Amino acid sequence: MLSIKNLHVKLEEEDKQILKGVDLEVEAGKVHAIMGPNGSGKSTLSYVLSGKDGYEVTDGSATLEGNDLLDLEPEERAAAGLFLAFQYPVEIPGVGNMTFLRTAVNAQRKARGEEEMSAADFLKVIRAKAKDLKIDADMLKRPVNMGFSGGEKKRNEILQMAMLEPKMCILDETDSGLDVDAMKLVAEGVNALRTEGRGFLVITHYQRLLDHIKPDVVHIMSDGRIIKTGGPELALEVENNGYADILAEVV
Amino acid sequence: MAETKLQETATEAMIASLDMPQGGWAQAAREDALARVRTMGLPQRRDEYWKFTRPDTLTQAEALPAAILDHGDAPLFDDTERLRIVFVDGVFDAEASDDLSLEGVKIERLAAANTDLHWARDLYGALEKNGQTPVARPLAALNTAFATDGVLIHVTGKPSKPINLVYHHKSETSDAMLHHVVKLDTGAEVTLLENGPAAARFNTVMEVEVADTARFHHVRAQGRDHERRAATHLFTRLGTESLFKSFTVTVNGAMTRNECVIELTGDDASAHVAGACVGDGDFHHDDTVFITHDAVNCESRQVYKKVLRNGATGVFQGKILVKEGAQKTDGYQISQSLLLDGDSQFLAKPELEIYADDVACSHGSTSGAIDEEALFYLRARGVSHAEATDLLTLAFLAEAVEEIEAEGLREEINGRLSSWLERRSS
Repeated sequence: MLSIKNLHVKLEEEDKQILKGVDLEVEAGKVHAIMGPNGSGKSTLSYVLSGKDGYEVTDGSATLEGNDLLDLEPEERAAAGLFLAFQYPVEIPGVGNMTFLRTAVNAQRKARGEEEMSAADFLKVIRAKAKDLKIDADMLKRPVNMGFSGGEKKRNEILQMAMLEPKMCILDETDSGLDVDAMKLVAEGVNALRTEGRGFLVITHYQRLLDHIKPDVVHIMSDGRIIKTGGPELALEVENNGYADILAEVV
Repeated sequence: MAETKLQETATEAMIASLDMPQGGWAQAAREDALARVRTMGLPQRRDEYWKFTRPDTLTQAEALPAAILDHGDAPLFDDTERLRIVFVDGVFDAEASDDLSLEGVKIERLAAANTDLHWARDLYGALEKNGQTPVARPLAALNTAFATDGVLIHVTGKPSKPINLVYHHKSETSDAMLHHVVKLDTGAEVTLLENGPAAARFNTVMEVEVADTARFHHVRAQGRDHERRAATHLFTRLGTESLFKSFTVTVNGAMTRNECVIELTGDDASAHVAGACVGDGDFHHDDTVFITHDAVNCESRQVYKKVLRNGATGVFQGKILVKEGAQKTDGYQISQSLLLDGDSQFLAKPELEIYADDVACSHGSTSGAIDEEALFYLRARGVSHAEATDLLTLAFLAEAVEEIEAEGLREEINGRLSSWLERRSS
């Protein structure tokens, strides 16, 4: 589904190479996790895939179901089925959460040549999904992420994911800033979306999120490359011994 | 001095191009205003009060022509039950207007009000004259002297629907001058709506006397014809526990100078003025506000938001003057611009002058670009660049639009803004 080949990326502003040849293949129905120390390029990978400004791809490719992601605008990537759950969801004063979500849902439908969702249908669907994530009516009415706690922001990301029904979900450190209960809630939300046709790329520092969202494949990233790939046991190894052993082993 | 001579010539040329309506109760006020215009002279570039806005196109004897924009929109405020008074290029249109009778209010036309002992006699030109100090506003005095028509509204109760002044623009060379007087009796309440491009050049003055505990609501939408020019003045005096709320939305127009002069003379009164404008290219928009607190425990609020792009210019001059003894004054002023590119500019001059020691006054002025993080967030969710920009633009304007008290009117203005933005970006 998501196919990344030999991806090289540098910062536009400075001559600094961040990704130095990433190869990754995420199949439909699978959950892949990327772990790695700070500064290894995990978040850069998520931003480059979703089309954020400030990065320059110097080599390699990234495709989603054959669509060349790197050639698309961020909104086109979203319409193609890519979703990034932000590590730091952005606060947008003056834009109601509900308006935002409806605009997004309908923009994607329009881009795919589908009919827009009526206000009544939208309301029905969002109420049900919000309830599952314990998001109350007040949070839907407030401006996007304004005055939300860390946990509320992350749940709001998952709500967006549930509403947009993407094919490929990238979760960038969704566990950061969450307490155990909030993490469980978020993980349940993610697990509910696990289907045969949908792929997941879960980026995290810690193994604990992976207790709740069980990965099929775990990758270790370091210095802009995937240096090791294995099963869920690899995450436990990191948890027990830290990254040092793995890094040493590879070098 | 040569410049004085030039100014005198320009002023006389303007006066010579106009005909003062003769006779009736307003004659004395008109003559008096004409004398003021001659003393002050019309605004010139070097005037401090016109530092950011070139007055030339507003003061030259002949108005520049303005093409008429056929945008095909349904009339604004159509969703609101209202009494319409229609002017076409500044000329009253009886056919298109509704019957002027409405319970709780008496409406007459300035040009038709001939009785010698008219209630408006004490007000016409009086608030304008009062507003000439400490800063001269010659274009307003010119209007008092030469306005050809306008409406005189005496609000005695609480009329069941808003009064809507509709200004059509049908001649590309029209140069219109209207003068309205509104008097609210104690406890009265009215909503006044104004909309339309009015004329190629439009000079309008509205004087509003708000008696104790009366409430005045004003929502104005200035027409979108790209080349139209306007100089507007709103003068008001507020009695004890009264309320004055005015909101203006401006989209397009080559030159707009909106002056608002408010005097809080009764204790516990409130005055809120707000403006939202969206300007593109050859667009110059100036909000000039002067609020005088001359009573105890009054509140005033100014909220101005401007979205500018393609070299558009926005100006804000706002002053709060707190006189000696005006204790417990609460004054708030904010003016902000959203610059959509590097070619546009916002010029702001916020001023506070305070002679009382127990007051709370605050002011802020900012200029900023669109929030790139927010823009990316929206795009990452599938919203197009143009639509995301519009959404953030509307969000930016929201604080000003929120100042409209009536929900229906607020929604109508928001809906209009959103459809205008949408069309612009497509």
